[in-house]
Amino acid sequence: MNPVKIISGIAAPLLRINVDTDAIIPSREIKAVSKKGLSEGLFSEWRYTSISGRKPNDEFVLNREPYNRSAMLLTGDNFGCGSSREHAVWALMDYGFDVVISTSFADIFYGNCFKNGLLPVQLPPDVIDRLFELSSDGLELSVDLPNQTVTEGAGEVFSFDIDQGMKTKLLEGQDEISLSLKEREKILLFEEGHKKRQPWLFDRKSG
Amino acid sequence: MAETLFDKIWNQHVISDLGDGNDLIYIDRIFLHERTGSVALKSLEEKGISVRSPNQVFATIDHIVDTLPGRGDETMMPSGTQFIESLRESVRREKINFFDLNTSRQGIVHVVSPELGIALPGITYICPDSHTCSLGALGALAWGVGSSECEHALATNTLIKEKPKSMLVSINGVPKDGVTAKDIILYLISEYGANGANGHAIEFRGKTIDEMSIESRLTLCNMAVEFGAMTGIMSPDKKTIDYISGKAFAPKEEEQELAEEYWAKLKSDEDAHFSKVIEIDASKLSTYVTWGTSPEHAIEIEEKIPSISQANSSKENESIKKALEYMDLKENDAIKGTKIDAAFIGSCTNSRLSDLRVAASILKGKKIAPGIKAICVPGSSTVKKDAESEGLDKIFKSSGFEWRESGCSMCFFAGGESFGENERVISTTNRNFENRQGKKTRTHLASPATVAASAIKGEITAVDQIERRT
Repeated sequence: MNPVKIISGIAAPLLRINVDTDAIIPSREIKAVSKKGLSEGLFSEWRYTSISGRKPNDEFVLNREPYNRSAMLLTGDNFGCGSSREHAVWALMDYGFDVVISTSFADIFYGNCFKNGLLPVQLPPDVIDRLFELSSDGLELSVDLPNQTVTEGAGEVFSFDIDQGMKTKLLEGQDEISLSLKEREKILLFEEGHKKRQPWLFDRKSG
Repeated sequence: MAETLFDKIWNQHVISDLGDGNDLIYIDRIFLHERTGSVALKSLEEKGISVRSPNQVFATIDHIVDTLPGRGDETMMPSGTQFIESLRESVRREKINFFDLNTSRQGIVHVVSPELGIALPGITYICPDSHTCSLGALGALAWGVGSSECEHALATNTLIKEKPKSMLVSINGVPKDGVTAKDIILYLISEYGANGANGHAIEFRGKTIDEMSIESRLTLCNMAVEFGAMTGIMSPDKKTIDYISGKAFAPKEEEQELAEEYWAKLKSDEDAHFSKVIEIDASKLSTYVTWGTSPEHAIEIEEKIPSISQANSSKENESIKKALEYMDLKENDAIKGTKIDAAFIGSCTNSRLSDLRVAASILKGKKIAPGIKAICVPGSSTVKKDAESEGLDKIFKSSGFEWRESGCSMCFFAGGESFGENERVISTTNRNFENRQGKKTRTHLASPATVAASAIKGEITAVDQIERRT
């Protein structure tokens, strides 16, 4: 995972709430046992008038100038709800998004973002409404993770909160599996006590 | 300090406090399916990491396999075979417990797991599938994860996780005839929103839950994720213990006694604090059905579809407009009486034996309305066999329902099986998202009773509108 620090770019407004992961990447766009090659399928039901022919729907925000060059997605409450498919994060990143900004995110999607280096920025509803207003003119934003700020073109600055452990992992691009594999001794020690408390979870007499 | 049920299970599984708000927690059980499990296992293999405790890992094939009789590795979904073969190859290599296609234990993960005694009270349990929260009904701390977390758990038996906030949903009162767990959960989501429980783990408790069957509890917990929760959990009681007893992977002999003693203690302390509390009087609820494209778009069957001007924000307004447009419905119209093209009974929400029994009791001796495509997909191969031994298959078939093999594919469209374009389906599933059950398919979520009644009438209707033979 690449470290995330400061990201600048155009924010595309997707004026909807409860955007689910089926909408972000429809299941039928997940054609291979792979984390790659998902960019074309991103928002495919909304992005194309003919999905098989990949004919762009000119009304969809990502098909319009300047939003076809967006690095950030600005959207409504509960973004990423529904299926746990991490393909939603992979598709957004594969397309070129580095940041998603919303009032709230669904839990599993939010967690998946951090595992891959997609930065989810949570801001209060009034700030999101303000950013939606500004975004009609092709809003450019700068998101500064170390300082936890979002700055819009005219210089207005908004602060955001973020889980500190997750922030560190993004800043350093840490791989959690390698970190946890180093905890082998601790895990074994825990397991010993756990086996005493709930032995039936381990010595199975049946199956 | 007083602890909630969730706290107790969580604390029993903390290996270490990582000091940054996260804990390293131990994961007891992992269940995989071919759709997402295949990716996680393949990715681990590519990293040269093997599964740490294959004995604690289970897998089945349910997601993209066809549900038509005579199905096999070839799927209507293009490239589906790749997912099936990839999973099969990985589970063989890693020696994971596997319930393959065309074997008696195959089925929808969240149906198979309780039925085999894999999900147990007091354990931590994950699956790369959002409806894993279903298993909280047995008192397991169970939740859905993405591929990366799944890989992490497969490699280390641990996850790095921040403890969520706690919510108590207390449900009391005797529901009216025909009002089920599905109606209760749809009400909850419609009242508090699809993000009403984001960042929370819910404990469901109360007299209504005490009276509920295990299978109804599974339905209720199944949709905790549609309410935004990490999971829903219920204290194990005598019903839970009786349900688990004798199941294939459940504790046996002297360990059964030990386990049951341990499980009986799994409840929140009386003075335990919850960050949020919701109280529901179930006796006041009636039949619920969705009109739109989010589970929060649920209304009582006698209610009118909401008007766009009721929205609280421009974004919500836009979402309601888009939902009405997608569903081809008009604001302020009645939902009852809306003509349907199809009816579906299945999915990890409502495909267990008791669901099929309820539907069959309504369909018995009746025919579904002409022109309706009606499908029943039992939740597992075991459910199917048990239903057949009671003759339920005959009731479904003679009413006009198709009787299929177990799997998930009719609940979510992966490019293979689906309902047709612009078809209106009344469905016992959990998601009415755009294009979820097929391209431009319009889904109305409801209970098995409502689906069966609506199939007979050819329009959205409640079960009290159908004459029943006893």
